[in-house]
Amino acid sequence: MEKFTVHQGVAAPMLQINIDTDAIIPSREMKLVSKQGLGEGLFAGWRYTLPNGREPSPDFVLNQAQYEGTSILLAGDNFGCGSSREHAVWALKEYGIKAIFASGFGSIFYHNCIRNGILPVVLQNDQVLVLAKQVQRDPQVCQLNVNLVDCYVSVLDTKNDKGKDANEGLSFPFSILPAQQAMLLEGLDGIALTLKSKSKIENFKHTYQAQYPWLA
Amino acid sequence: MDRTLFEKIWQHHLVEKLDDGAALIYIDRVFLHERTGSIALKSLAADQRPVVSPEHVFCTMDHIVDTLVGRGDNTQVPSGKNFILATREACIDAKIKLFDVTDPQQGIVHVVSPELGIVQPGATLVCPDSHTCSQGALGALAWGIGSSEAEHALATKTLRVSKPKTMKVNFNGELGFGVSAKDMILYLIAAYGAAGGAGYVIEFCGEAVTGLDIEARLTLCNMAVEFSAFTGLVAPDDKAIEYLKGREYAPKGALWTQAVTFWQSLFTDEHAQFDKVIDIDCAGIGPTITWGNSPQHACAVDASVPHIDKNATENQRKAMQRAYEYMGLSPGTPLKGLPIGAAFIGSCTNSRLSDLRLAAKVLTGRKVAPGVNAICVPGSTTVKRQAEAEGLDKIFIDAGFEWREAGCSMCFFAGGESFAYRQRVVTSTNRNFESRQGPETRSHLASPATVAACAIAGCIADVREYL
Ligand code: SF4
Repeated sequence: MEKFTVHQGVAAPMLQINIDTDAIIPSREMKLVSKQGLGEGLFAGWRYTLPNGREPSPDFVLNQAQYEGTSILLAGDNFGCGSSREHAVWALKEYGIKAIFASGFGSIFYHNCIRNGILPVVLQNDQVLVLAKQVQRDPQVCQLNVNLVDCYVSVLDTKNDKGKDANEGLSFPFSILPAQQAMLLEGLDGIALTLKSKSKIENFKHTYQAQYPWLA
Repeated sequence: MDRTLFEKIWQHHLVEKLDDGAALIYIDRVFLHERTGSIALKSLAADQRPVVSPEHVFCTMDHIVDTLVGRGDNTQVPSGKNFILATREACIDAKIKLFDVTDPQQGIVHVVSPELGIVQPGATLVCPDSHTCSQGALGALAWGIGSSEAEHALATKTLRVSKPKTMKVNFNGELGFGVSAKDMILYLIAAYGAAGGAGYVIEFCGEAVTGLDIEARLTLCNMAVEFSAFTGLVAPDDKAIEYLKGREYAPKGALWTQAVTFWQSLFTDEHAQFDKVIDIDCAGIGPTITWGNSPQHACAVDASVPHIDKNATENQRKAMQRAYEYMGLSPGTPLKGLPIGAAFIGSCTNSRLSDLRLAAKVLTGRKVAPGVNAICVPGSTTVKRQAEAEGLDKIFIDAGFEWREAGCSMCFFAGGESFAYRQRVVTSTNRNFESRQGPETRSHLASPATVAACAIAGCIADVREYL
């Protein structure tokens, strides 16, 4: 898995609350028995003028020129609620999204992000709104700098802030569980990591099955 | 020290605490379905990682399979057949028990698992499907995961989990006439918001919950994820034990006796502390229905579409406005009497025998209103057969309902069959998200009895007038 340490990029606001995984990737867009080929279906219901069409809807934020190359989303509360479909994360990843800020996430979605190298950050809603306001001035110029090593996000004016430290301007610290931070920073494969405890699991299984034989 | 039910199950499954703050939790059972399971199995095989305990893994065909009579591997979902074929092949290769398209035990995963006694009290069960929380109804710790985590569980028999906080939801008092588990959970979500349970594992307690039969508890726990909870569960009692007795995968003989003794220890100790407690007075719950595009947009069936709260934030305001617009409704409009185009009884929320019985009670001797497309899809082939043995199918068909084969069917739209563009549907499912049941379909979530009443009335109706 790709590592996530520091990322700078264009951020787009999608501030509706409760954006669900059906909206992120409609089921009709999940055509292949595969983790690939999903980027085009990302937000299909909003992004295109017709349900099965591919004509971009001019109203949709990611279709607007100033948001070209968006790699960060600023979202409303409970982003990624609903269906467990990991396709939502695969689609975001294929599209190029690296980090998402929201005041809350659907819990399965949150874990799916971590497993796929996308950073989900919980901030207070008013902090998300402040960031949105900042980037909206000129999204291509006012980008966000996300630092997972030191856990902060800052606004970086790519025209005027040259030479400044990334954390000099407006910045917010955030927190993330050490387990999740480690997974992302190292780009770890959870299975490989867990298999290091293989003998512990075997021992556990032994005792467990003796104690609860009907589950063995 | 006194512990909660969740804490006990967690401790029983704790393999080790990890350096990074998470825990390695032992997983007893994994359930898969053809929509997400096929990808997990395929990806594991590609990485040459074997499924370590295939005897503890089950798979069903429910999401994509057609529910029309005479179905086979062909399905109306575009390229859906690939998922079916890939799943079958992967299950054979990995030696996993599959409830295939024409298997007499086929059905929706969360209906099949309890019905066959695969989920058991005190066990951990995961499935790459968000409604796995349903199965907490039997006192198991069951939760939905993504495909990558399913691969992890299959390859290691464990998951790396950060411990959720605990919440107790007390449903106090008795349920009113015509009120069911579906109304209870919609009421809770409306009162505390669709994100109200985020980060928590919820134990449902109180007289109203112990009074529910197991199938109704499955409905209650089903929508814990619509409350954004990690999962929900109910302490296993005599009803749970009685329910499991004799089921195919439930323990037998001496093991049964041993299991029951253990199951009886699975309850929250008297002085155990929860991180949060919510009390609900059931006297305030009537038949409930959603009016908007989130499960939190629920209100009493005899109420009107709510106005925007004057303290609402800008985001909340926008969400309400979007909901009005999407649903084609304006605030202050009474819900009762709104004409509908379709009625759907099915899904892992409400498609079990007791659900069908309740709906049939409303339908007996009555006819679906002209112009209403009414469909009933039993949750499993077993449910379907039992219902037919009782003659429920005749009641549905005589009333004007379509009577289908088991599966998820039109609970969700995958590009195949769906309700019509902007059609108003009253549905016993769990998600009224935009376009969930068809292109811009307007879904109103309600109990199966309410759906039946609405089908008869041709508009949103109060089930109490039909009982
Ligand atoms: S019935 Fe609906 S909610 Fe339940 S598992 Fe199937 S698609 Fe998901």
